[in-house]
Amino acid sequence: MSLERTAAVVLRQYYLLRGSPARIPPLFAWVAIDITLWGFITRYLNAVASAGFNFVPALLGAVLLWDFFIRVMQGVTTAFLEDVWSRNFLNFFATPLSISEYIAGLILSSISTSAVGVTVMFLLASLVFGLSFLIYKALLAPFLLLLFVFGIALGVFACAVVLRLGPASEWFIWPIPALISPFAGVFYPISVLPRWMQWISRAIAPSYVFEGMRAIVAQRPAPLADLAWSAALDLVCLVLACWIFRRVYRHAVRTGLIARYSAESLS
Amino acid sequence: MQRVLSVQNLRKVYGETVAVNGISFEVSPSEIVGLLGPNGAGKTTTINMILGVLEPTSGSIRIESIDLAAQRSQALEKTNFAAVYAPLPGNLTVYQNLRIFGMIYGVKPLGPRIEELLAQFELEKFRNTKTGVLSSGEQTRVGLAKAMLNRPPLLLLDEPTASLDPAVARDIRASIRDFVRAGESGVLWTSHNMYEVEAVCDRVLFLSHGQILLEGDPRELPREHGKETLEDLFITVAREPLSLEHMGEQA
Repeated sequence: MSLERTAAVVLRQYYLLRGSPARIPPLFAWVAIDITLWGFITRYLNAVASAGFNFVPALLGAVLLWDFFIRVMQGVTTAFLEDVWSRNFLNFFATPLSISEYIAGLILSSISTSAVGVTVMFLLASLVFGLSFLIYKALLAPFLLLLFVFGIALGVFACAVVLRLGPASEWFIWPIPALISPFAGVFYPISVLPRWMQWISRAIAPSYVFEGMRAIVAQRPAPLADLAWSAALDLVCLVLACWIFRRVYRHAVRTGLIARYSAESLS
Repeated sequence: MQRVLSVQNLRKVYGETVAVNGISFEVSPSEIVGLLGPNGAGKTTTINMILGVLEPTSGSIRIESIDLAAQRSQALEKTNFAAVYAPLPGNLTVYQNLRIFGMIYGVKPLGPRIEELLAQFELEKFRNTKTGVLSSGEQTRVGLAKAMLNRPPLLLLDEPTASLDPAVARDIRASIRDFVRAGESGVLWTSHNMYEVEAVCDRVLFLSHGQILLEGDPRELPREHGKETLEDLFITVAREPLSLEHMGEQA
């Protein structure tokens, strides 16, 4: 694997951001609005609810973690879609650039862009709404890491969907986080879900993160075994997503889809 | 002598359609080979297979003796291409595009090579201009500069002058000829402009229905087949390929 070729994929994203200021606000604007909205909701809930429960770490913290996951996923898909929109596949894939190098470049691009969003979220949540990250103790980093890996896995899977079904299928991928959120238990324990939904919840890594977060906020012991299981699920998802992308790419090379990828191509 | 490109029994089948039907040919260093034929003859399919973006149904492709199927990245490091249907990303500047593709091809030292190409293709004044706002002729020059970044042993040009006015097209042809003369590159060139093919190519391959129908010197080939010009021969290949097959059998 060539680091220089991976760096070229990242550099392309940097040049796009630098050359088009319109691409900068989406990196942080929506998450800032989300944090502001939920910040005021938690303030209101703290004011009307009985004393003794602080909604800020339970709800605002959950929003922050969930938005972080969405930013990571969209970081991968947006970087990929830039190549779809500019019809760059033939230029990229007719070079020595390998699929592993290309995906690594998308992931590194996502790390850079999501770092901007998460920094804004952290600053806003802590400075304006008084969210203290100390409450999550040492588990904040594992929480973020687990959501990061899940975001990458879903991002790579979403890219495979667009590559397989054509650019018009782009609208399939934007609602993916919304479809997952009821099962992830972002705002409620998964025990409130019907049994069939709980089974799905147990199969996705984020549900363990949010259960763990609520356990910490309620000052219960950290569910370390559950987090380890969540990490294993994450790895399975990541390997599966990369495998699916590679298979879709192989199909596209076999059928010639890469060479004639256009706005409405469907194969 | 080592060939820069060796294609053996290359075949591509889509369902019932045979796009390329067992073609074999070679390109030598410092040789410009024209790949000619009517629309749908299999030229672009062949080029896409050589570029690794289309998997052959059978057959082999070796670029400087490196098997493309087995060592894709190593083989593609030794090639590059320009095609009118594959413009560089229009939302990046000329310099940014050249830098990114230079990194992908591992060009070293990259900075001086970019400067050299900007000067060669008279693109200095467009260095910081987004590629998408350039005229089609200027975009073609950027595409050719990108295609020569890594001084590829094998250069694939799919209708490189299709969108250029005659004066610019002549300059571009001269640049490509100079590039070939200066190094050891071989070029596979597709074009529908028979004047251009006669002026540039050392050898031509006429494709029809996915097969190589004729092969030879573009200046000799028309006479050998009882035609006045290469264009007459092209039209015969396009409309009456069977008559040429019969001539070949009789010969």
